[in-house]
Amino acid sequence: MEQLNNIGASLDFYIFVSIALFSIGAIGVLTRKNMIVLLMCIELMLNAVNLLLVTFSTFFGNGEAQIFVFFIIVVAAAEATIGLSILIMAYRNSKSIDIEMFNKLNG
Amino acid sequence: MGKDMLLLTLIALPLIGAAINGILGKRLPKILVGSLATIMVFISFLLGVTLFSGINGTTIVHLFQVAKFDDFTLDANFQLDSLSIWMTLIITGIGSLIHLFSMGYMSHDEGYHKFFTYLNLFIFSMLLLVLGSNYFVLFFGWEGVGICSYLLIGFHYNDAEKGIANSLAARKAFIMNRIGDAGLLFALFMMLNKFHTLEFVEIGKMITASPELYTGIAGCITLCLFLAATGKSAQIPLFTWLPDAMAGPTPVSALIHAATMVTAGIYLTVRSNFLFELAPTTKDIILVIGIATTVVAAFIAMRQNDIKKVLAYSTVSQLGLMFVALGMGAYTVALFHVTTHAFFKALLFLGSGSVIHAMSDEQDIRKMGGLSKLTPITHITFLIGTLAITGFPFLSGFYSKDEILAHAWMSSPIVYGILMVAVTMTAIYMFRLYFLVFHGSFRGGEKLKSHVHESGLSMTIPLMVLAVLSVFGGILNLPGIFFHNAGHWMSTFLESTTYGLNQIKPEHMDGSQSIILMCIASAVALTVLAWAYITYVKNQAIAKEDADMNVWEKLSSNKLYIDEIYQTVFVQPILWLSTTLAKQFETRVLNNGIFRLTSAIEASGNYTRKWQSGFLASYLFWMVMGIIGFISYYIIKSTFWN
Amino acid sequence: MSLQMISVILGSLTIASALMVILSKHPIRSVIYLVITFFFISAMYILMNAQFLAIVNMIVYAGAIMVLFLFVLMLLNLNKEMEPETTRMSLFSAIIAGGTLFLVMITALRDTFQYGKGYSAVKVPEAGLVENLGNLLFSKYLVPFEISSILFIAAMVGAVLLAKREKQVID
Repeated sequence: MEQLNNIGASLDFYIFVSIALFSIGAIGVLTRKNMIVLLMCIELMLNAVNLLLVTFSTFFGNGEAQIFVFFIIVVAAAEATIGLSILIMAYRNSKSIDIEMFNKLNG
Repeated sequence: MGKDMLLLTLIALPLIGAAINGILGKRLPKILVGSLATIMVFISFLLGVTLFSGINGTTIVHLFQVAKFDDFTLDANFQLDSLSIWMTLIITGIGSLIHLFSMGYMSHDEGYHKFFTYLNLFIFSMLLLVLGSNYFVLFFGWEGVGICSYLLIGFHYNDAEKGIANSLAARKAFIMNRIGDAGLLFALFMMLNKFHTLEFVEIGKMITASPELYTGIAGCITLCLFLAATGKSAQIPLFTWLPDAMAGPTPVSALIHAATMVTAGIYLTVRSNFLFELAPTTKDIILVIGIATTVVAAFIAMRQNDIKKVLAYSTVSQLGLMFVALGMGAYTVALFHVTTHAFFKALLFLGSGSVIHAMSDEQDIRKMGGLSKLTPITHITFLIGTLAITGFPFLSGFYSKDEILAHAWMSSPIVYGILMVAVTMTAIYMFRLYFLVFHGSFRGGEKLKSHVHESGLSMTIPLMVLAVLSVFGGILNLPGIFFHNAGHWMSTFLESTTYGLNQIKPEHMDGSQSIILMCIASAVALTVLAWAYITYVKNQAIAKEDADMNVWEKLSSNKLYIDEIYQTVFVQPILWLSTTLAKQFETRVLNNGIFRLTSAIEASGNYTRKWQSGFLASYLFWMVMGIIGFISYYIIKSTFWN
Repeated sequence: MSLQMISVILGSLTIASALMVILSKHPIRSVIYLVITFFFISAMYILMNAQFLAIVNMIVYAGAIMVLFLFVLMLLNLNKEMEPETTRMSLFSAIIAGGTLFLVMITALRDTFQYGKGYSAVKVPEAGLVENLGNLLFSKYLVPFEISSILFIAAMVGAVLLAKREKQVID
């Protein structure tokens, strides 16, 4: 029964995983030029944050952080919907999903 | 209606008239515009009479607070006392007569409504000036009359021949007045600093309570006030604008530049009498400047050939006479002369306006002559005005001048002697003017002669009213030798409630001396009259052309070259400096600097705008760098500074 | 096998699959790896006894959102030729930037690591159970919960409006 009380690795490991995921997402956003992959990397970063929140929530026994994770998922869903529809529209107009095609705001 | 409401209505009426004429005047018929303006001022006059008859003590009406500071407030307050109501009566009374005159005089002018708007605005400003209970409201009125004067001098700015000259004259008057206004402002600042209030009565009370505290500052303040007075009242050294101001329409010359506005400086001095009483040096300066002005202006007037220029220099001379009275501390006497001068000088100016109107805008007296039969009413009234100003016995000018001369005699025989010279010169140029214009034969040619006609009723009625006032105006302040009980009625009235004046008890000389002085003055006037009659009527002398003049006449005719001196001493160096700065400093320093600056900004903009590549990745890269920077900052801070 | 081992393996797999998301050339493969990453994350939630979130994560993220991505990919009919090339320069700078970010964040949380040492064996937290979360959600966070439905309506309307096949001109 002692084993069941354990939640796996220690706190620092979860934090490490979360930061690693976030950094990978950031690198993805910086390198990839495909807009869909860009959106996916953003989702990855959001999940890294979620993981961190859940970790701390668990370690401090406070449920409110998990409510926030819940709301983050809600907003992420809405964001993905809108982002994808904008993407579709952009693709229709330019026949491309290369993010560097959309640099009209340059100086 | 209470006193407060009456007073406020009195002030507001000309403003309302100006607003209506200014906004709607263009579409209204001329007769309506003119009569509206006239009636507004006339009602103000009637209200003034009502207030005058019921005056007792000093009343202060609070309208609103303009600004509040830590240690003082500026209020729009009005003060009703004998001095302000007396000035109000002069302004609105003569003002309404001149409005009436203007209805006829300006009838052919395009800017009819504009003219009456300005006139009403002027009356409003002047009322502010004399009715304000503090120097702040006075300053508002002071500037208001200045701007109206400017607008009216340059009224015919788009005239084909004289437009430029008119504009220049207006500009000159404006700039000269600015110099004086700077003095007034400095005086205001000093008073705020010292007294923390601008109310006349409060300052007066403070000074009366402890005069020894304020003797030093009073000298500075009064000097600045006097500088302001020299600007507005055309004294040396700021008097050259007034003769040029005759470029304005003649009713304007009569109203603003003879009867009312130019006496603002005298009003200011009388109002600040408590300050001047503390500064004997300033009073001496006033005396000297007054004497110099009256002599110089009278001298110049003797050989002027423009009918209005003669009257203008005469005005300057008479104003100098008033300042002599002020310098001797005879404030009520100065005001008495202001009053009678307003009567006869307005009359003379309106008379000259009537002459000019009859002569189809010809102003040169060398082209006139023999107008007495062609324009009889103008002739009679002008004669009365001339006699009044020269001090002919028992006319208004006789009494007021005599008072000043009597005070001069009491203070010093030298002053009296110089003033007698000035008075003699006054008589000479006035009779010369009168005889050249109205007697002898007509010199303007037959064509012009056929057009000469007597003016209409709206112009002759004011002349007649003013003539009556010029004859009987002296009754206001008869010297004691005529009526022992009712003597000096006006002085007594003014001293009754005006703050400060009741503190000063002017001495009156005894009867026999007074009679001797009067006899001398009358003798001078009569002698000059006889001499002028012989010279100009019997011998048919006419004004000489420039070539035939001797040195003195040339000096007089060329206004002592004062304009030229000012031009050389002040105007030319400033012009040279300005052009030099414009050519050298502006092109080399300012322009170059600005071009450098703009090109630098453009270059930096061209460089930095490349940072906005439009690529999402680069923005994100810098954002990540920013995050890294922030976190690093906090890490370092928490590691090393905690 | 101890839970310790399981969590370490799970974490490693998560990072590996996340790396595959950004490394694979084909977008379809990226999506698949992302779904796998989300499943691993859900598994970690279960390890931490956050059951409700584990289920939500699986249904909403791995299910709905990723299906949406896949659907869009298929709708656009992308193939490998259309995949934009990444320049060496940007790759280099991105790795520098991401690596620095990683190191800096680790440094920032170093105190937490100290604090978290030996904090692994606590009593089973019950905060993440459905019952507890439900109580919180429908009492304290009721208003935000209701407002989130408005957000969804707005997102739905917006998506329909944006993706509608109409004459839309964007230069």
